[in-house]
Parts: sequence; structure tokens; C-alpha cells
Amino acid sequence: MNIASLSKIAVKALGNNKMRCFLTMLGVIIGVGAVIAMLAIGQGSKNSIKAQISEMGSNMIMIMPGAERRGGVRQSSEDMQTLKPADYDAIVNQATTIANITPSVSSSGQWVNGNNNYPSQAQGVNTQFLDIRQRKVTEGEMFTEDDVKTAAKVCVLGKTLVKNLFPDGTDPLGKVVRFGSIPLTVIGVLDEKGYNTMGQDQDDLALVPYTTVMKRMLAIDYLQGIQASAIDENKTDETIAEITDILRTNHKLRPEQEDNFTIRSMQELAEMISSTSSMMTVLLAAVAGISLLVGGIGIMNIMIVSVTERTREIGLRMSIGATGRDIMTQFLIEAIIISVTGGILGILLGALATWMIKIFANWPVQIDPSSVILSFLVCTVIGIIFGFYPAAKASNLDPIEAIRYE
Amino acid sequence: MGKKEIIKIENLKRYFKVGDETVKALRGVSFTIHEGEFVTIMGTSGSGKSTLLNTLGCLDTPTSGEYYLDGIAVKGMGKNERARIRNRKIGFIFQNYNLLPKTTALENVELPLLYNSSVSAKERAERAEKCLREVGLGERIYHKSNQMSGGQQQRVAIARALVNNPVIILADEATGNLDTRTSFSILTLFQRLHREGKTIIFVTHNPEIALYSSRNIMLKDGRIVSDEYNHDIKSAEEVYRNLPVDTE
Ligand SMILES: Nc1ncnc2c1ncn2[C@@H]1O[C@H](COP(=O)(O)OP(=O)(O)OP(=O)(O)O)[C@@H](O)[C@H]1O
Ligand SMILES: [Mg+2]
Repeated sequence: MNIASLSKIAVKALGNNKMRCFLTMLGVIIGVGAVIAMLAIGQGSKNSIKAQISEMGSNMIMIMPGAERRGGVRQSSEDMQTLKPADYDAIVNQATTIANITPSVSSSGQWVNGNNNYPSQAQGVNTQFLDIRQRKVTEGEMFTEDDVKTAAKVCVLGKTLVKNLFPDGTDPLGKVVRFGSIPLTVIGVLDEKGYNTMGQDQDDLALVPYTTVMKRMLAIDYLQGIQASAIDENKTDETIAEITDILRTNHKLRPEQEDNFTIRSMQELAEMISSTSSMMTVLLAAVAGISLLVGGIGIMNIMIVSVTERTREIGLRMSIGATGRDIMTQFLIEAIIISVTGGILGILLGALATWMIKIFANWPVQIDPSSVILSFLVCTVIGIIFGFYPAAKASNLDPIEAIRYE
Repeated sequence: MGKKEIIKIENLKRYFKVGDETVKALRGVSFTIHEGEFVTIMGTSGSGKSTLLNTLGCLDTPTSGEYYLDGIAVKGMGKNERARIRNRKIGFIFQNYNLLPKTTALENVELPLLYNSSVSAKERAERAEKCLREVGLGERIYHKSNQMSGGQQQRVAIARALVNNPVIILADEATGNLDTRTSFSILTLFQRLHREGKTIIFVTHNPEIALYSSRNIMLKDGRIVSDEYNHDIKSAEEVYRNLPVDTE
């Protein structure tokens, strides 16, 4: 007996019980739909994180004071003061694989312009910060190296600060605003970037010469960090090694001593974030997968009922020459038809759900073709696995007993 | 007789284990049936008729004894081989028709050929239609089985038993559920098949039917108590024609 005729029989048998067949399918439909939607959300957020990071500069390297944190142990404040301006100078003078570099210090506080207040930070950097972060000054100008040397009282504001400090729309350029008690002249406005994927306002940013922050605001002699960009984004590892050497020499660390600073590249960060997001995706998909499993059990349940109900039919088919194998194939095909049809409808449902998430929740989503193929295969396999037991049960019936079954 | 031996059984026994007891349904049955015979098997209820017929139909395996069907030893065959024998050599008719519900007469009759991959879909339909016409249901091939009368359903079952050109037709109480008139019309059909050279075994309660067959075997408690040839076969068709119509 060939598969085509057996399939015809199976389709007919399912057609005799349309409602039941559809309800059984529903389990698979919902399961597959959920898997597709979850994977689409996971893939979408991963993509947008990736885009975000490459926009921020995938060649970026961050140097932080203190040894690498393990197990969340807090380090003493002394350990957090290991990066000095001398380290920055050493890197500037010796490193060969660095394109741009800036010290980084920041102070939190209130920005004030007349009656307008805005709580934010003053980010202390040098002029190369713009190149590292791929930002631009669209109005006015960036402060100069001279301003850095003299710890000038100037600032470059992000759009959010401008909106909050100058709500009436007056031109901020040349105006004097205060950060805490320190008056700063606005000499430039940064380009508008909006929110990033992690929900941070990239325009809530004010740049001040780092010397100004160190001397006039915080009164410290150490750096909170150093940011740099590598010449080649594919060789950030080499750049990290180079900086490590320079800093270890500068800090006079003996070989057995650990680094008292930490270096991270954006590449690493990207991997970390995307592995976290992959984990979330796996978890979500696993939960969705469980509902698919439940759908499979539903198929098995209904197939067992169907075999029992159709015992006489099975007996008859056997008595006129159907082999156990024919019977088995027929029931397996029935199970596979339910699961695969359910799978196809589930994929459509998943696509619809994904589309609605995109339209109404405005989340970044992307349906990966591989997730569609995967769900399809999983459905077929589920049909075979969960159809197998009932089909085997049917094929092992004794023809005389089956035909007498009431 | 120089005719071919279709069925040959030797000392066939069939015991059933029910709990601690053994039910001896067949206690050593032997006979030979040649091509073209119309054999009725009779006996009281529980005498082992159905058990014998199931064994002959390769649905059941004997506890001991030999069985040759069309010269082939059935003993020792596997499940699949027996399924194949049932499919190619046997036409089985059940007392309660056993048609697939919600299925047309044509599809019901096609069924045995469906499990024979050497028959194409076209040939299948042609042969099924021809058999339905032979049993007088040429006009009803697309009727569903549950829309038919008992006699019509039995005819469909007979057509299904004929469609694979079996070497033997086995019928278990084929007229048991039918009224006299319909019974005779079915019997007429069997007699015609007999005249056409078919070999038939017909199990029945009704002693009258022995008058219309060529040989009658009586069973009692799993043994043969008589085995007689009938040289004066009555015509069922005549009886059928003479039956008053209002007994329907
Ligand atoms: N599967 C079985 N298990 C146990 N005992 C069985 C089984 N099938 C038949 N028997 C027993 O075998 C004996 C013969 O049964 P069988 O069905 O062959 O009788 P029968 O002659 O066809 O009777 P009837 O005319 O009522 O149909 C009976 O005593 C019955 O109880
Ligand atoms: Mg019986």
C-alpha cells in the first residue's frame, strides 16, 4: 500500500471529526505560534543591541580603575583610585594601536539656568571624546585642547539639557549656566541621538573639559576611567594587551601581582549583552516549547481515543489484508497531518502575533527563517513521536478481536 | 475428482485458554475442499463453526494441525504473510457486513485492492464497479454504506469479497441478519457464483440452506459429525420467485 492512498484514508478519517481534529491542532498552533513570536522578539532585540553597539563604536575600549570584580565583592575606595593622569599620558605617548583616547571623570549634580533646573551629570572628557563616541557638535563648537589645559569654565550640552534649561527656545550659545555652584559658558550643542535600545537618553549628556571636573568640581587627582578607540576594530585584543603592558609598567606591578585596573572592549561588552539576550531568548522559547509539548501530548491523547473508537475499522482493514505496517502508517500519517497542519497555522499565527507586537508595542522584532524551519521540523517530529504509540497500539491489534470489538 | 484442492486441513485443533480452563473449540477436524464446491458448515451454537472459518480465513492460527490453502502450508506463516494471503486469496463475508461507515459502496469494495500495490487506482475502481454490478448494485455505487438496507449492505460485503478474485469465498452467517426473502436473494447470488465456478464455504445455523449447497459438513463440539454431498441441489432462485412479496 502506498503512502498516497494511506494519506487519502487519513485525511478522510480526520475529515469525519473536524471539530476534534481542529481542537487538537489548536494545541500545536498555539505552541508553534508562541515559539515563533518569542524567537522573533529575541532575535529582534539582539539585532537592535548589535546595531546600537556598532553605532556607539565597536572599536571602543574602556579602562577602569581597580582589579576585575569577581563575585560582586566591593573594592575599597583606594583601589578605585589607581588610574592617574600619568597613566593617560603614558598611554598617549607609548601606545601605537590607539586612534583616540580621553580621560573620563564625571560629577552628578544640578544644572541651573535661572529658574530652570535639571539634574544630570557633567561628563569630563577631552576633545577626542567626540571621535570615540562618534558624536558631533552641531551648533557652536567643541571646547579646545587649550580649554582642557586651563580647566576652562565651558560646556557642550546635549539636546535634552538644552530643552530643559532653555524651555523657551532661546539660543543657548554664549549663555552662562551653572552646574552646582560653578558657572559654565555654553559653547556648543551636541547632535540629537534619541534613546538607545537599553532605554538610555543619549542626549542627556553635558561635556566639560575633564580638568575642569577634576579640579573645580570634584577636587580629585585620579581618573574615574579612560576611554579609547582602537585603530582596527578587529584587533582590539592587541590594543588591550598593549595598554595592559603600559599600565603594568607604569604601576610597577611585579609579574605575580594582579592588574589593578580593568580593560573592556566594546566587542566583549557586545558579546556579553548578546549572550544575556540569547539566554533570555532560550528561556522564552523553552516556555513556548513546553506549550508545544503539551500540544503534542494532546495529539497522542486524541490518537489513542481514535484508535480505540476505530478498533472495528482496524480489525476490518486487517481482515481484508492490511498489514500491521499499513495500519501503523495510516495512524502515523493522521498524527503528522494534525501536527504539520497545526504547525503551518501556528507559523502564520506566530507571524501575525509578531507583526502585532511590532505595530502596537513598537518592539524590534525579526522572524528568523531558521526558526520557521525549526518549528516545522519540530512539529513533524512531534507528530511522529506522539503518534507512534497510538499507531503501534493500532497495528498490534488482533484482527478477530478487533472486528468483534463493541 | 480431478479438481484442484483449494483447502486441505488435517487434524485441526484450536484451544482457547480462558483463565485456568481450556476451551476446546476445535478438537481435530480434517477435510479437503476442491475447486468449485459450495460447502455449507452447520452446527449448534458454540460448535466451533466461526473458529473453523476464522482459521480457514487465516485470521486465526490453529493450536495444532495442518492447513494447506491453494497448495501452500499456512502453518508457520508470519503475521504479514497471512495478511497478504487474506488480501490475495480469500474473500471473507461477515455476518454483520462490517462495512466502513460514511463511505460509499464503491470505496468499500475497493478496500482490499487498496492494500494491493500491484493494482492501479484506475483498475481498482473498474474492478470494484464491475463487482457491484454483479451483485446487482450497479445503480448504487456512490451510496454511503449507512444509507443502505441490510440486504444491500450484505451485497456490498459480497462484492468486496469478490473484488480480489479470491480462490475461496468464506461467509460466516451471511444471511443470519436478513429476512427470508432477502436471504434467498443472497442465496441466489451465491448459487450463481457457484455455477460460475467459485469455491464457497458458507457457515449457517439454518439447516434448510444445506439443500442449496453441493456439500454439507456438520460440526458438533468441535468435531465433524457428518460430511455429505448433495446431488440434488435446489434452486434458491425458484424459491425466491415463488415467495410472496408481502413477507418483506
Ligand atoms: N476468543 C475466544 N476465547 C475463548 N473462547 C472462545 C473464543 N472464541 C471462541 N471461543 C469458544 O469456542 C467455542 C466455539 O465458538 P465459535 O464462535 O466457533 O462457535 P460457533 O459455532 O460459531 O457459534 P455460533 O453459532 O453461536 O456463532 C465456544 O465455546 C466459544 O465460547
Ligand atoms: Mg459463529
